Formats: sequence, C-alpha cells, structure tokens
Amino acid sequence: MQIILRQGRIVDPSQKLNRVVDLGIDEGRVAEIAPRIRKKGRKEIDARGLVVCPGFIDMHVHLREPGREDSETIESGTAAAARGGFTGVACMPNTTPVNDSEAVTSFILERAREVSRISVYPIGAITKGSQGETLAEIGEMYRTGIVAVSDDGHSVQNNQVMRRAMEYSRLFDLPIIDHCEDRDLAAGGCMHEGYYSTLLGLRGINPAAEEMHVVRDCILARQTGARVHIAHISTRRSLESVERAKKEGISITCEATPHHLLLTDAQVTSYDTNFKMHPPLRSQDDVDALVAGLCSGAIDAIATDHAPHNINDKMLEFDRAPFGIVGLETAVSLVLDRFVRTGLIGLERMVELFSTSPARILKLERGTLAVGSWADITVLNCEQAIEVKSSEFLSRSRNTPFDGWRLVGGPAMTIVRGRVVWTV
Amino acid sequence: MASLNQKDLLGIAQLSVEEINLILDTAEALRQVADRPIKKVPTLRGKTVINLFFEPSTRTRSSFELAERRLSADILNFAVSTSSVSKGETLLDTARNLESMAPDVIVVRHSSAGAPHMLGRVCRSSIINAGDGMHEHPTQALLDALTIRQVKGRLEGLKIAIIGDIAHSRVARSDTILFHKAGSQVWVCGPPTLIPWDFDKLGARITGHIEEAIESADVIMMLRVQHERQNEAFFPSTREYYNFYGLTRERMRMARKDTIVMHPGPINRGVEIDSDVADAPYSVILDQVANGVAARMAVLYLLSGNAGLKPRKLAR
Repeated sequence: MQIILRQGRIVDPSQKLNRVVDLGIDEGRVAEIAPRIRKKGRKEIDARGLVVCPGFIDMHVHLREPGREDSETIESGTAAAARGGFTGVACMPNTTPVNDSEAVTSFILERAREVSRISVYPIGAITKGSQGETLAEIGEMYRTGIVAVSDDGHSVQNNQVMRRAMEYSRLFDLPIIDHCEDRDLAAGGCMHEGYYSTLLGLRGINPAAEEMHVVRDCILARQTGARVHIAHISTRRSLESVERAKKEGISITCEATPHHLLLTDAQVTSYDTNFKMHPPLRSQDDVDALVAGLCSGAIDAIATDHAPHNINDKMLEFDRAPFGIVGLETAVSLVLDRFVRTGLIGLERMVELFSTSPARILKLERGTLAVGSWADITVLNCEQAIEVKSSEFLSRSRNTPFDGWRLVGGPAMTIVRGRVVWTV
Repeated sequence: MASLNQKDLLGIAQLSVEEINLILDTAEALRQVADRPIKKVPTLRGKTVINLFFEPSTRTRSSFELAERRLSADILNFAVSTSSVSKGETLLDTARNLESMAPDVIVVRHSSAGAPHMLGRVCRSSIINAGDGMHEHPTQALLDALTIRQVKGRLEGLKIAIIGDIAHSRVARSDTILFHKAGSQVWVCGPPTLIPWDFDKLGARITGHIEEAIESADVIMMLRVQHERQNEAFFPSTREYYNFYGLTRERMRMARKDTIVMHPGPINRGVEIDSDVADAPYSVILDQVANGVAARMAVLYLLSGNAGLKPRKLAR
C-alpha cells in the first residue's frame, strides 16, 4: 500500500464516521479503512492524536494569475492553500483577462498542472468581461472544466441578464455564485454603513445593497430552477432570506468567510486597510446571526475569499485602498480555535463546512473518504499552538487582519491524490 | 503650564473634557498676543512645523500659518495636489520624506478620512489633523468652543443647533462630539438624506425641521452644502433647500434675543444663510476666524515637545 495513516481520528460526515482507525491509500485513492490494517505501507504516517478529514476545499479564492502576478500566482496561491490545509481551491474569474472563455480556462488548468500540488477548480465568468451585459461562453468553459460561474467582485446588476444566466446555467447544472450587491445602493462606500461609518467619516455601504440582491436571486432561482450559491454572505437579513428560500425548497446555498464570522465594523476605527473588504465587516448583530447560522446549518460552507493585494496597493488611504484580505493560511486555525475549541460547532460540522458541502455544491468527486474515492485528505492537529505570522505566509501577499493572533489548532498535513503535498 | 500628554491631535473623539479645557484656557491666554504691537512670542523658536495640505484650503492654512509665525516656529508649506489618484508618490512615502527633514509638528489636511491617523502611526513628529475627509476637523471645533465660551461664558447646558449638510461635514462631527462632551445640548438639523445613520449616538438630537432646532437655541451653527463631496442628489434643488433650511431674518425672529449665529465658512449667501443674518450683530462669524489663530497656537504649543511619544489609541 502506498501510504497508511495509523490511528488517526477519522471525521467524515459523508460516512458518519468519527473513530480512531487506520486509513490506507493506494493508487491515489482510499483503499481501506480498518481498526488495524495488517499490511505495511510504503510510507507509514503516525496520526495518533491527529484528526483525519476529507480534503478541505476553499470554494472562493483569487489566484490573480493571469494578470496580477505581483500579488499572487497560481503557484504561490496553491502553495499557500496546501499550507493552510486545503486540497483544492475554486478560483474566481476576475483575472486580467477575465476568465470568460475556454482559452483562459485552459490556461489556468494547464498552469495548475505545471505548478500546483493541489486541485484547482476554475470558476468562469457569468458575462463577458464580467461586464454584466452579455453571457460569457459558459458552455465552452464548462466543457473545458469550470465548476461554477460567477461575476464575483461585480454583481450582475441587470436583472434580466441574471435571469438568462440562471436559465442557461441549468443546461450544465452549474451553480451560479453571486457576489450580491446593488451598485447604486452601495454608492461607492468603503465600509459598512452604520454608527462606525458615521463616526469615522467614511462612506458607508448600505447593507440593503447585499440584501436586495439576495432576495432577487431567491426569486429568480425559484422561477428558473437554477442552483444559486450566495458568496460571502454578511448580514443577518441576507441569511434570513436564504433560510426562508431553503424552506420553500429553492435550490440555494451560501458561504461565509472567517472574517465576517469573527470581526466587526468596530475594528475599522484604526483605519487599518487590512480591515477593508468586500462585503465590508458588518455590525456585531450581523456577526451574531452568522455565527448562529454556522451552528444551525443555515450556512453551508466556509470560504476565505482569499484576495491577495501587493503591499504597495494596500498601504493607501482607507478609501483609496483595494478591498480584500488573504485567508488561505489562517482560515482553518481560526475556525478550530474560535468555533470548535469553544464548543460552538463540532469537528463533523467543521468538515461539512470545509469539505462535504463545497464538494457537493461544486459537484466535485471529493468531500468523502469512502473507500475508492480520491485520497484528498486534510490532517488537523487540534492541540497545536500557533501564532499567525504574515511574514511566513507562502502567499505573495501579506494583507491579513489576523497578524499576531495566537490560536490553538491548525493543519498538520495536506494530502492530494495520495501524495503528501505539505506537512508541518 | 501643563501640556497635552499625547503625540498627535487627530480628533476631538480622543480628547477628555480636561484636555479640551486645557486647550481652551491656553488659547484664551495666547489670544492676547494678537493685541500686542509686536504680535510674536518666542515659544516655538527653533521648532519646525510642516503644513502638509493635500486639499485646497485658504482659511485653515492661513490660520495655522499665522499661528505658527506668532509662535516663532520655522515653517515649511507643502501643497500637494491629489486631484487624480495618480501612480505618484504615496502618502506614506511623502510622510517618510518629510520626516527626514526632522520636523517637530506636521499639520495635515487630506480628503481621505484617516489619513492623519496613518501618518501618526509612522511619523515621529506630532501630527495635527487640519481636516480629514468627512471625519474630523478638531481645531475648528476648538475655535468654535472658544468663541461660544467667550460670548456665553460656558458650554454646559447650552442648546446648540447645528444646521445643514451634516453627512459631508467634518465640522459637524467634531463640533457635536466636543459640545456633547462639554455638556451642551446638541441639536442637529438638516434634510434626512444629509443626516448619517446613528448620528444621535455621537450625542446629538436630530430633527428635520429648522424651527425645532432654532427654538430656544443659544447658538446656531450653520453649515454649507458641500456640493463637492456629493456624487448624487440629496435634495431636489438649492431653491427648495433654502426654503426649508436657509437661515433667514424671518426665522431668526423665532430665535431667542441672545442667540448667536456661527458658520465655519466659507458661507454661501442666499443658500444656507441670508446676508442680513450673516452680517447681523448676533453673528460671530468673524470672531470665529480670530479665535482660530488662538486655538491653533494653543494646540501647537501644547503638542510641541511631544514628538516621539507613542500614538494614542483611537477611542471607540
């Protein structure tokens, strides 16, 4: 056998498994799960005290290549992902050029084959150039290998275009991932509109800008039958709308980012641009609602919205700096420390959020360690104390608000198709 | 004399009532310099002050410059155009360059809220916020308080009505925070589209009706409509705005006899204030200008010598 992970606690909700066992890997796939595997592995890994999970998938990252290789490349971004415990990432199409054609999709996939040790799942644009006007060649990109469509960063403003996109995407059963924001209501703001935007004299982004598009998407998803996934949901009312739609049987899912679950708009008082993201950090009330949704199941997945920005771009005046922070190398530790350790969620739920659900939403043959499935595995050490040091990131960018945070728990090993691609 | 135990003056929000009173008392003492035949004291001799203005400004910049000269500081004026977000030197690079000239104080005005805070973090020298975006304009609030104190003898218990474009005004924020801290009853008035969310949490009562604001007010502070900061329509027309929010002689009849009228300038006659009102005996607009120099002298004096202190954390 290629690899045997000895005596780790396997947590795999797809098989309702939470037990200390041996796991054997052969030819890149899970070959055997048993209390004791008698055979010898070519590589034996002592997993005692560690948690063995189906590989984590970050369904919302920006790898910046092609176009902004000074901030991130497919090579550096996937290395950061592997270090962060991710066996796969879905990359958003807002590169330069935009991934709105078969040519860009194949470039990304080829480049990933050359330089990435983890899986890269490209997301295609909904509209040409993500301009929100005419549909991109979704079918061609689907044949080349996209797993979803999204105009992330620019929400589709025209409701008729969104309706057509939903109708059309059904042909391929591709999910539409929407960054929900009404541009007029957002009005060029740079933080959440509320007490702190008033106090700080910064233009606010009305939360209704997100909430109205979430409701729009629910209505159109019901009408068209399309699968809709709400990216980085950030307000209480957005989440309530998604929950209501789910109850009505509408095919809708949503993700939340660690920063929207952990930080509020009060943090902006420092004017530190590492607290500037899109959607913006919301009020404590919104954060409370998201955390409740994390526990209840209302939130389907955790995604990082990893958005690397070169330090020269990010170190500007608050209203001039770009939106976004990196997340790949902090997400797992943040969730382990702040939600699992505190008892808010169990490890099974964490695996659902990071693996089972993203795999289901994107229809990847992943998210399970059932015998015969790809051996994409995230190994966690729940006891390890770590300090976030942005200077040690493998990402090319350092824009994180979590620098210096002391956390307990983190990834210990990342295995992709039976190959150890990163280890502590 | 006591001094301020902080490196920078970034906003009123970070000042205690005691510190505000210290600045006002100091300004009161320094005001007499203007009445002397030789309007100069050697207090800041050998100190260097840089006036770093990223936004066009005549009155604030001249007021600071005069304050600096009356204190005998060496002055360097730096006007930077940021009309286009160019790929030129960043704010931090500009700051680092100026720092190498070893100034004691940098007075900064910038169109971005928080720009002085960013400088405060990286610079050894004391930073004085001379207006940052729609955030704060602390020396304006100090001179307003100084003016009110001179006329009314106190701030505590006064009803102060701030009327106009609240949303885009850094003066409205600094004034509200200061007057509230000093125990005044602050009323804020303007069209609902120009009152930002949760402004009441800064310590103001809010009304859309000018009559309610004016009634029994001790002080009326008029603000101009900042068309340059608006990228959308907040009210139907200037005409309608004047009809509902303009301070006219008729409306002043509803005010008390001893009400004073203030305006941070520049005034738009016939838009937010009538000429009759602006030039009336109850208008103290020109006293504000005179007090501006004194308030700024006080701040410069109290901060000089504080370069190198650790930046103070922002109040929540």
